[in-house]
Parts: sequence; structure tokens; C-alpha cells
Amino acid sequence: MAKTTKKIKTIKVDADKCNGCRTCEIVCSGFHSEPKYSAINPAAARIHVTTHRLKNIWLPVFAGEYTPAECNGRDKYIIDGKEYDECSFCRAACPSRDLFKEPDSGLPLKCDMCEGNESGPLCVEWCLNDVLIYEEREEEVDEEIMVNEMEVGLDALITKYGLDRIETAVSRMTKRN
Amino acid sequence: MRYGEAGYNLEIDLTRGNIERVETDPKMLEQFLGGLGTSVKIHFDRVPPETKAFDPENILIFSNGLLCGTPMFSANRTLVTFISPQTGLLAYPMMGGFWAAELKYAGYDKVIMRGKSPKLIYIYIHNDKVEIRDASHLKGKGAIETQELIREELKDPRIQVAAIGIAGENKCFTASIEQSRSSASRGGGGAVMGDKNIKAIAVRGTKPLYLARGEEFMKVMKEVTEYINFRNTNPLPGVMTILSGIGSPAEMKHVDEQWHTTSFAWGNARARRKDFWTKEIEESWKGVQLSAIKRFISCFNCPQQCGGLIMHKDVPPYMMKCFSKLTYLMGAYVDDLSFGFEIGKKAFEYGLDSFSTPQILAFAVELRKEGILSDKDFEGCPEDKEGQFNWLLDKVAHREGIGDILADGTYWAARRIGNGAEKFDHNTTKKHEQMNIKLGMLDPLYYLMYATNEKISITQIEGNWPQAAFASKEDREAFVKDWPQLPDDKMKQYFLDWEPRGEKANPYYPTPDMCSEIVDWMEMIHNIDDAIGLCAGMGSFCLKPPYHIHNYPKLISAATGMDLDEKSLQRIVNRSRNLHRAVNLMRGMCRADEKPPESHWKHRFPEYEEQLLTTYYNYKGWNYDGVPTRERLEELDLAYVADELEKRGVLKNGQDNKEN
Repeated sequence: MAKTTKKIKTIKVDADKCNGCRTCEIVCSGFHSEPKYSAINPAAARIHVTTHRLKNIWLPVFAGEYTPAECNGRDKYIIDGKEYDECSFCRAACPSRDLFKEPDSGLPLKCDMCEGNESGPLCVEWCLNDVLIYEEREEEVDEEIMVNEMEVGLDALITKYGLDRIETAVSRMTKRN
Repeated sequence: MRYGEAGYNLEIDLTRGNIERVETDPKMLEQFLGGLGTSVKIHFDRVPPETKAFDPENILIFSNGLLCGTPMFSANRTLVTFISPQTGLLAYPMMGGFWAAELKYAGYDKVIMRGKSPKLIYIYIHNDKVEIRDASHLKGKGAIETQELIREELKDPRIQVAAIGIAGENKCFTASIEQSRSSASRGGGGAVMGDKNIKAIAVRGTKPLYLARGEEFMKVMKEVTEYINFRNTNPLPGVMTILSGIGSPAEMKHVDEQWHTTSFAWGNARARRKDFWTKEIEESWKGVQLSAIKRFISCFNCPQQCGGLIMHKDVPPYMMKCFSKLTYLMGAYVDDLSFGFEIGKKAFEYGLDSFSTPQILAFAVELRKEGILSDKDFEGCPEDKEGQFNWLLDKVAHREGIGDILADGTYWAARRIGNGAEKFDHNTTKKHEQMNIKLGMLDPLYYLMYATNEKISITQIEGNWPQAAFASKEDREAFVKDWPQLPDDKMKQYFLDWEPRGEKANPYYPTPDMCSEIVDWMEMIHNIDDAIGLCAGMGSFCLKPPYHIHNYPKLISAATGMDLDEKSLQRIVNRSRNLHRAVNLMRGMCRADEKPPESHWKHRFPEYEEQLLTTYYNYKGWNYDGVPTRERLEELDLAYVADELEKRGVLKNGQDNKEN
């Protein structure tokens, strides 16, 4: 299969350096308000610092994909003697919690690496303690075969009924017309 | 649409259990900004001078600052205002942490509480939903513990809680209000909260805060950020480590404590130990501190790391900030830093001010030695220094035995004990314990700051001007070269000419006129910080801070949309400053009260001190008695205050001239 290069963007989180100030949440919500920086609301940020101060837990997590269903079976981690709550490391906007959802509408929020901002993600830029580190790299991946809308639909039908039955139906329809 | 501020206050009548969400008058922003400024106005309007601290009419206000919740680094202060049980005056302790911004995001600028709840309650604010909830299960719980219990009860770790401990419940005059890694300590706010039967105030907010010109605001912040980075990587040369950086003194970070331990007085603010900081002490303290602090932490939206998460030996985890690791230790004359970290946890859970309280305990220890307090008063008290302090702390927090008297603070306790105890109360001004500093030569700048500020606590008055003259001319020249924070370049010359000894030295230089300018400037910067809710550590309290008179107006203007320049900003804070003074004058404060402790300096100059005070009063537009003149008040649109002062006989006809 043909190969192509893809740009991978990541924010590396050095949680041990986090002093829990939540500047990342503030600047994120500001950048994504319309017009830019017209409103500040950490609850609408696409990054969140999970905090349990007396347990020495300060963990910045940025928003990933929306998921329509919560998972069956949650994870709990104990690292360095600190027990992290279930969902602590999860980046999903999910029905089980109100994190990464626009507070008024409930619509899911997802980190877009501050698309359109020349200097990259703003949480990284405004974190003066170097907790958040932006990294970009190129990876060689299999070239994707672009599928059109109709094929997506057909794929779904094939998954549901099997290729044989679809073929039979198509040939029957061809004859009928 | 309101910008910068939420535009609503919560009015809570605890007696009736009534809660109202009240839109505020947008004119108040133009007149008083927010934070301390608007709170002082509410106290002036609503609380008559006859009201005492524990009267139901005494209102308790929790306020955020005007710029809390905006992207302005370090704007995170909660200002608590009330009539203090200790001083009888309008007190305004403040705290950092996370509460102020959360209140703003919940849609409020202030929580104003009046009356008294019939039983112990806590208040839960969640956006538009505000509840008074039963707190009987939290009675007697620690101030830190309570915060965690409420978060668990309400099942949301993002709730921010300000709580009192048992000292507040028992109305100790030095009871604090604790919140995350911060506390509002001075003046007994915890006692007023306890008197009103409020155990805690919990807040969660998920609403937007609007900025008038957000992009412009961020541009100014970009410049500020560059300067923060510069200052964090370039400590000031020529001053002690502790004074060389920005932020609230990074007591958790610095292990070099030579300055505090050798310059400040130990015990009941008695003696300096100039040879304390030996190699052995340095080694031992460094070891203890590095192992006790698990992580450096900050307040909301602040890049500095002034606080520490403490996990010391078998002491349950807690957070510490500022000078508190040393106050109990120095008060008790204990040389092992471990003691500081051990007693700190207990004191914070009790919810006691760690500046005043150790001095009260040390005062009691002295009275015992002198035989003024008897062995009967100390029945059951251990003999070792550490044990004695722990025992006394327990007694004070629970108001048991001698602790019940000591819980009223040094001034009142000395008068209740009598029998010569009064002369051991040697370190209070206006009935409030001062920093434990005892020096040689009168310092005219500090004289004025100690004497006149309504804060009555030096750390919230001093700051932008170096504490002492630099010895070499080269160092002075280097220091003034890069000093954009000054309000006027002529002050550079004052500093260049200022010598540690000789003619151009304390007490006669800077001259009274120069001192007036310098002190007035430093006070004004504090007043701005207290109105916008900025940590003094990034503005008024440190040398060469990132925020100063030349960039405050830009930030306030971009956030709120109001037109503002340096002059108009100065006028606004002068207005609230004079209003605050009027409140205290009507409560009986007078010129005779305006003096630092007798023992503060060895070399005093009574006549010269009077001249200094009079010069400063004149500079401020106050008469001989320290009362703002009608002319001054009218300049500040405060004619109604002049009327009130005249009606009450505080401002007398014919005393309006400046010739006194």
C-alpha cells in the first residue's frame, strides 16, 4: 500500500511541574470565545486541571473525542502511592460527566490545538512553568483510500446485511429497471 | 452587559434565612472600582459607628476583586470586610487561593451577610442556585478538613470552600478564614463568621465573565508576562534573597532564612538573634524543609509558587504559605524547623492567624515567667517550649481556662489580666499585634506606614520602595537605572542620595515631604491591588513588580471598557481610601492612636515624629487630627462624607485649614 506522511500534534503534560494555577483553562476559554477573548469561563475550556490538593494530584487533561456512551468498566490508577479517580486520565466528552461540555448547551468540546493561532496552542504558551509542551512530528502512514459518501452508506449496508445479499438486491434492481 | 465585574451581589439575611440576588449600580465601578473599594462604600452606607463586631447589624462581606477571573496573572484575591472584634475598626484581610474567581464565574462580585443564623450553617452557591445548608455535622471540624468534607458531601471536587475552624466557632479574636492554600487572617474575620454561625461558604461557578476589549487586554498581558519571565530569571542584586524576587515572598522555596531569623525578634517580639544562622542550622533547616515540601503550589492563575504542599513526618497533609513556618517557631524560641511544620497544621485546622497568635502565646509565656500568670493558670501544661506552645494553642482555640482570656488577643488579654500585664503588651498598634521587628534607628518611612494605614499590618502597606538604603553609590545607580515602576522619576534622586549613615540617612532623610510622597505612593498601589484583587506579591508588596501605576489603567480599561488613566485611577482609590478613613474615624480612631509600638525602635524622636505625621496628614489633605478636610472630600466627590463627619463632630468647623 502506498505511504504518505501525516503531521501528528501532541501536548506533552509534565504533571509533576504543575502548580495547579489553571491559567491553561482561562486562556483556552478566552481564545475559543467569539470574538476572541471576549469571555472567560474555565468550565468551557478544552483543558482541565484535575485537582485533589491534599492527595498531591494536579493533572492537566485536554479534551479528546466525544463519545455517545460511557464505558463499561472504569479504570483506576495508583501511581506513586496516589490513587487517581476513575476517568481522571480520560479525555472524552462522555455522558458520565459534565467535563468538556459547553456549560449552557451541553455540546461536547474538543481540543483543536488552537487552530488558526500561529504560535500554536495557547495553554502551552501561557503556562510559565513548562508543564505543557507542544510537540509536532511527521509520521509515515498508509495512504488512506478516500471513500465518498455513497460508499460510506454502502459500507454500512454491507456490514448490516452482508455483501452477498446486497449484490443480489443490486442485480435484482438492475433487472427491474 | 457588564464587563470585568459580574454585576450582581448576593445579599443574605442570616436571621431570616433570606437570599437575594441584587444587580449592582454600574456607577459604583466608576466611583470605587470593586473589591475593597466598593466594599468600603457598602460598610459606610449600612453600618453605623455604634455597631459592634458581634452585633447582628455588623455585615460580613466576601468580595472578589474587579479583575479576578480575568486572564490577569495573580488577580485572585478574596477581600473579607467587617468590623473587627479586636480593633473595633473596619478590617479587610484578604486571601489568595481559588475562591474569588469561582464566585465571579458563579455570577457574583460579593456575598454580603447580615444578621445571625440561629444554628450552624454553611452557604452553597452554585450559579443561580444558592442554599443555606445545615452544618451541625461540621461543628468542631478543622478549617481544612471542613473544605474536603463539603466537597465530598456535594460530590464535586471543583467546589471552592472558605471555612472556619474551631477558633472561629469560639469567636477567638484572631480567628482566620481558611481556603485552599490561603487564609484571610488579620482582624478576626473568622470570629465574625463564627458569631454569625457560618461554618463555610462553598462556591461553584460555570458562567462566562466578559471582557470589554479582550484582545487588547491580552496584548498588555503579553508584555507583563515577558517581565515576569525576566524577573523570575534575574533576581535583584544587592538585596536579601527573600526580597530579590517577585510573588509573595517565596518562603516555601527559599531555604535561606538568615534574614528572617536574624533580623526579626524572637519570643514576644523581644530579642534579635544575630548569630542564629550558623552552618549547622542552615544544613538542618535545609534538610527539614526540602523533605517537608512535596510540591510548590500557586493560587488561581498565578505562575509563581509561593505555597507548598506539606507532608511532614506523620502530620496529615496541608498547605502552607508565607512566613507561617517561622512565626510559631520564633515565638516559642524553638531552633528546630520541624516544629514550625508540625504546629502549622494544627493552627490552620483551628483557623488562627499565624502572625498574631504566636505573639499572644509568647506573651502568655512571659507572663508566666514574671509570675503575673500563676502555675494554676498553667495547670497541666508541659514544661518544654514546644509542649507549652502546643498546650497554649489548644487552650486558646477552645477558649478554655487562661485560653479564654488570651483568645481576645494581646491588648485585651493584658487588660483583663491586669497586675502589670499591660506593659508586656508592647508590640500592638490600634490593639493589633504588629510584626515582630525591633530595630535601632527610627525609620521615617516605616514610622508613617505603621502609624497611618487602615490595614494596621505592615506587610500590606510597604513594598515598592527598598527597605533600607544601599551602601554603595554604584549599587544605587544600578538599581535606579531600570525602575519603570516609579510614579515619578524624581524619586530616583531620593534613592540615589539616600545613605545608610550620615546626614542623608534615617531618621532625617528622606525628608518628611519626600517620605509623604513615597508612602502615599506605596499605599495607593496597595489600594489599587485591593480593589482589583491582585496579589500584593505581584504589585504593591515587592520591589520592581510586574504591575505598576503605568500598566494598571490599561488593564482595567481593557477589561471593563471604562476610560481610565493614571490620574483618574489614583483619584478613585484615593476616594475609597478617604472613605475608609472616615469609617474608622467615626469609630473613634484618632491621631493619638497613630503610632508604631513604643519598642519598635530604640532611638526615637518624639517631636520629629509629630512633625512627620503632620506633614503626611497635610500631604493627604487631612487636618491636624488626621481627618480629611471638607475641601479634600469634596474634591473626591465625597461631600456626603464631610456632612456625616461634621454631623458626628469628627470634622469640626474651622479646622478645615491646613495650617494646623
